[in-house]
Amino acid sequence: MKESAPTDPIVVKGLNHWFGTGQTRIQSLFDIHLHIARGKLTVLMGPSGSGKTTLLTLMGCLRNVETGSVQLLGHQLRGASNDTLTVLRRRLGFIFQAHNLHSSLTALQNVRMGLEVHGARDHSEYDRASAHILSQLGLGERLNYLPQKLSGGQKQRVAVARALVGNPEIVFADEPTAALDRESGLKTVLMLKRLGELRGTTTVMVTHDNKILELADRILRLEDGRIVSDE
Amino acid sequence: MTRLLMRLLGRMPIGWLQLVSNKLRFASAVAGVSFACILVFVQLGMMGAFSEATRVSYSALNADIMISSSDANSLTEGSHVARRRMYQALAVAGVVEAQPLFIGRVTWLQEDGSKIEFTTIGIDPSRPSFIGPAIGDINSLKLANNVLLDSRARGMKPDMLSEATREHPLWIEAHGQQIAIVGTVSLGGGFSGDGYMVVSDQTFMRLFPSRFSGAPNHILLKVAPGENPRLVAERIRKELSTTSLKVRSFSDAIEEDIKYQTTRRPTGLIFGFGVAIGTIVGFVIVYQILSTDVADHLREYATFKAMGYSQRFFQSIVMEQAVILAVTGFIPALVFALGIYQVMAKATSLPIEMSPGRAILVLVGTIGSCALSGIFAMRKLATADPADLF
Repeated sequence: MKESAPTDPIVVKGLNHWFGTGQTRIQSLFDIHLHIARGKLTVLMGPSGSGKTTLLTLMGCLRNVETGSVQLLGHQLRGASNDTLTVLRRRLGFIFQAHNLHSSLTALQNVRMGLEVHGARDHSEYDRASAHILSQLGLGERLNYLPQKLSGGQKQRVAVARALVGNPEIVFADEPTAALDRESGLKTVLMLKRLGELRGTTTVMVTHDNKILELADRILRLEDGRIVSDE
Repeated sequence: MTRLLMRLLGRMPIGWLQLVSNKLRFASAVAGVSFACILVFVQLGMMGAFSEATRVSYSALNADIMISSSDANSLTEGSHVARRRMYQALAVAGVVEAQPLFIGRVTWLQEDGSKIEFTTIGIDPSRPSFIGPAIGDINSLKLANNVLLDSRARGMKPDMLSEATREHPLWIEAHGQQIAIVGTVSLGGGFSGDGYMVVSDQTFMRLFPSRFSGAPNHILLKVAPGENPRLVAERIRKELSTTSLKVRSFSDAIEEDIKYQTTRRPTGLIFGFGVAIGTIVGFVIVYQILSTDVADHLREYATFKAMGYSQRFFQSIVMEQAVILAVTGFIPALVFALGIYQVMAKATSLPIEMSPGRAILVLVGTIGSCALSGIFAMRKLATADPADLF
């Protein structure tokens, strides 16, 4: 395990997690200890069911921490109130495998939602910022398209734009390149990497995509709910 | 519309965008809410007609206090009151004038065989101060067998009474008597009769030979200027010292009658249940619509929750939808209800009218029940972790 720095945005200690109750209760994570450094691209790898996504969602305030400790941006997640979790989530960016775009909102409106969470501001400013990031991701011509009119790759790029438009301190990404072609996938990961260098944005990414590994600052391999290697 | 809502809400009108994204479902939702609103409007219209028809019957009279038998729940029901009670009441401080009131029912068999039932009010025409604003001049009733007939009575042919005047009365036969219609009143039908007939107390005795002038249905009293009718009624109660009589201010008697008609008579109760059922139907319809919409968008809401949107934000989306559904459902319902009211009023001669208060009540009730059903529909989202909803 790597040494922790005082400013590490994610510090995990003795984390265990279970699914189900009673006789069907199954442990999915075992005694995880982990420090993730600021501005780095960390990749979580491992076979299906190894606990990658569970660990990602626990670190990203999407699931309750039952035992052990997860310190996120200086806040203890175990026992944290809903209000604390809600405020913390605004400092994060999520890219989901299934992109989870809102079907009734256009690409531009979906991205705007990543800004509106920070409060009401000038609407045209939000629109400009959303259009800018979509253009950067090659969707300048698709701003007013509903998700059902976009391809899988385009939807994923909208989801990336939505996660990044609010300048998050940490980006959690679950298979962000799964629906993208090689070029778009690499472009997305390079964008995340650049954000780390320029703004100190930390990225934690679950992926099976070997192409990305060479761009990662750190690779953690999980098997059966345990970290088996840390490179 | 989207821009307008964006300005009003200060955020993306997600509720509106969700609703209009499935136009067929939105249209059926609006139709469902409209249906429930119409149901409530019709029931409230009938309930209101009960109240209004009762109030109208009292508008023929003008008094400060009314003495009735203890079993008289309304103007037309109950035992008779001994006239000597009137003289006892006149002796009470503050009472300045008294008048017996006779109520009966006259059936007029028309030439075509149809019947009209008139609630007949018998009153002394030499004391016009007891005549309400709805009656007007009653001097013509001083002659025996002269009557004023309700031109808005249910079953009355249009313009039939238009030429009936004191100089050229219209003669008809009713209750075995030839009576002369010398004028009209405009009160309309009620639930206890098709319309009203106003006669002198003397003519009343001719029409109802079995009635006795010493036993009117009610006694009407006037109090001295500046006297509080309720306080004077209290004094009379003490003076009469009997449980067989009700001594109430005239306004209290009207309110008690309305309460009796709407909450204790079977027909009033039925319409009351109708309002409740309409509300429940509306609630269930909107709950179904909103809970289905929430379920359809749960994954998307979970994503917003993961992004840091609070429970209040989701509640505001459902509230937005509830208000949109309520308003868009209410407007066509109001238009339909106005049409239905007209048809019902024409068919029944009942005073069924849309008051601004009723329209606002139904709108607020619709928004309230829509909002409540929306809050119920959001319960699952409030308790679940975002990761469990993806």
